Amino acid sequence: MAACSIEDVLAKAEKDEAEKLKSITVHKELDLEFDLGNLFAFDKNPPDTREFRQKNKEDFLCSLARDNTQLLINEIWKLPTERVDEVIVAKLPEPTTRLPREKPAPKPRPPTKWEEFAKLKGIQKKKKTNLVWDDVHKEWRRRWGYKRANDDTKEWLIEVPESVDPNEDQFAKRIKAKKERVAKNELNRLRNIARAQKIKVPGVGLAPTPTDQPSKSELGKAVQVAKVSTASVGKFQDRLPKEKAPKNTGKKRKFQPLIGDFSTEKQKQLDILKVMDSKKPRLDITKAVNKQMREEDMESGSKRKKGSGKKRRKGNFSGKKGKGFGSTAKSGKNRKPRMKQGKR
Amino acid sequence: MTQLDGVVKPKTKRSKRFLQSREPKLIENVKNAMLIKGGNTSETVTQALKDIYALKKPNAVLYKKKNITRPFEDQTSLEFFSKKSDCSLFLFGSHNKKRPNNLIFGRMFDFHVLDMIELGIEKFTSLKEIKRSTCPEGTKPLLVFAGEAFDMDNEYKRLRSILTDFFRGPTVPSVRLAGLEHLLHFTALEGKIYMRSYKVLLKKSGCRTPRIELEEMGPSFDFVMRRTHLASDDLYKTAHRQPKALKPKKKKNISHDAFGTKFGRLHMQKQDLEKLQTRRPDLRTK
Repeated sequence: MAACSIEDVLAKAEKDEAEKLKSITVHKELDLEFDLGNLFAFDKNPPDTREFRQKNKEDFLCSLARDNTQLLINEIWKLPTERVDEVIVAKLPEPTTRLPREKPAPKPRPPTKWEEFAKLKGIQKKKKTNLVWDDVHKEWRRRWGYKRANDDTKEWLIEVPESVDPNEDQFAKRIKAKKERVAKNELNRLRNIARAQKIKVPGVGLAPTPTDQPSKSELGKAVQVAKVSTASVGKFQDRLPKEKAPKNTGKKRKFQPLIGDFSTEKQKQLDILKVMDSKKPRLDITKAVNKQMREEDMESGSKRKKGSGKKRRKGNFSGKKGKGFGSTAKSGKNRKPRMKQGKR
Repeated sequence: MTQLDGVVKPKTKRSKRFLQSREPKLIENVKNAMLIKGGNTSETVTQALKDIYALKKPNAVLYKKKNITRPFEDQTSLEFFSKKSDCSLFLFGSHNKKRPNNLIFGRMFDFHVLDMIELGIEKFTSLKEIKRSTCPEGTKPLLVFAGEAFDMDNEYKRLRSILTDFFRGPTVPSVRLAGLEHLLHFTALEGKIYMRSYKVLLKKSGCRTPRIELEEMGPSFDFVMRRTHLASDDLYKTAHRQPKALKPKKKKNISHDAFGTKFGRLHMQKQDLEKLQTRRPDLRTK
């Protein structure tokens, strides 16, 4: 009897357990995919379309969602937990779904010119102490910045060296030197950036950052630009004894001399009259060649598309041709010589 | 020389910090989303944008004014907005006769559009309409996708990736179990995508794992897919590239067999027998 009761108890316990689990178990054909790092689940099973049509749509979706969520929650509850500030917290694994990055990965900063040089020479950075003994104030002071030790900007008297002009303002000289150092440093910084980004530094003539060894032509250009950059556009600038006139400066208009070779002038006038007199339009070779090329292009294009469109286009073109030529001969060609005459 | 593009030297510490927060990083910031209202929007679209903004809130920007752009035709203004507000996810809402109630989900890589998918709203229930239950702002949602289309179809696959990216929120090392309150469920069924948002109720089940009950919370959408713009494979691959520093380092001289047993060689020092604890130490000295 005792044995029987034990069996009963066991069976009952088993049943209870099963019933308990019943409320949280969900059966699916295919297992779900989980990515617990993102609290993500993916149910590959095709939803039952027949049921979807028959049943209330919302109820169907809700029950589907419930089942899937139950599975996801079951999975999350299996994770190791710990207690933080009276709250039970589950440790999430790393997300497994690969998602695109927002920005490309950072690149290491390219070394500056100095860093390159230092590496080549094996120069290593030395740590300097922050505090330095100040002899004047008899105390330890910071090496840099406000209230620094041995501050040479705060001196009220500077000895004038023997070699320099006694009237020169030594204070102003110091300030100017400092400003120049700062400017140079800034320039170098920008140059380093430009070098890192592989930008060719633009500039007219001698750019603010010349290349290390400017070529002869570059220097010549720079000299030319500098000369012209005056209020009177370089009109009163002196020349060096053996300086040559610059090449390719870009003279815009050229005129014939006023008095001189009469025969060429006569020939020119006659040519103009000849063109004006002739009934035939003058042939502009470049224009004609361009037209011909375009025509061929169009033809080949239309051939590729359709055979039919070809004929009409060609006809159109020939009509334009006559018109265009006549007009160019009258207005375009006559204008040029007339202007020249006026200038004279 | 002074106008070097893309090189800005911060003048104050504060601006330096700001610029640093936007720099590309090894472990990236949480992706921000910008919700952009198009040139013309219907009430549905406006409300939908507002509701999604409410779901995304700490990591989102809502552009409430009209923005007359068409992302599928010209992406420059989107790219500009993305750069301005440092957002790599976007949702663009518009409404016109040809494409009524239109939402475009998309994401950027390096401030250029990576992929975007246009979804038309067929049916929409707002967050306001269902007043029963709400979630605290910034709750990390459970994301569940259902339907074989999300696995088979290329565009649906990409949509799944975009939606996961859009709604997943920050990556966290751990999560409060009682705080799993919000569920976003996407179902692909008969050519439509049903997005439902539920509040999760954890009920006692008698064992450790709770039983789940759901309560509809809103917003809920019935979407149809319209135009898509997917990134080329090349760009997609570049966007997924993991930096070298983040890849797990391979450990030397350790191997595993088929059953997952770990093999390695141990190097031990010679045991000092003098210090050996025996039951009767005096015996050793004799």
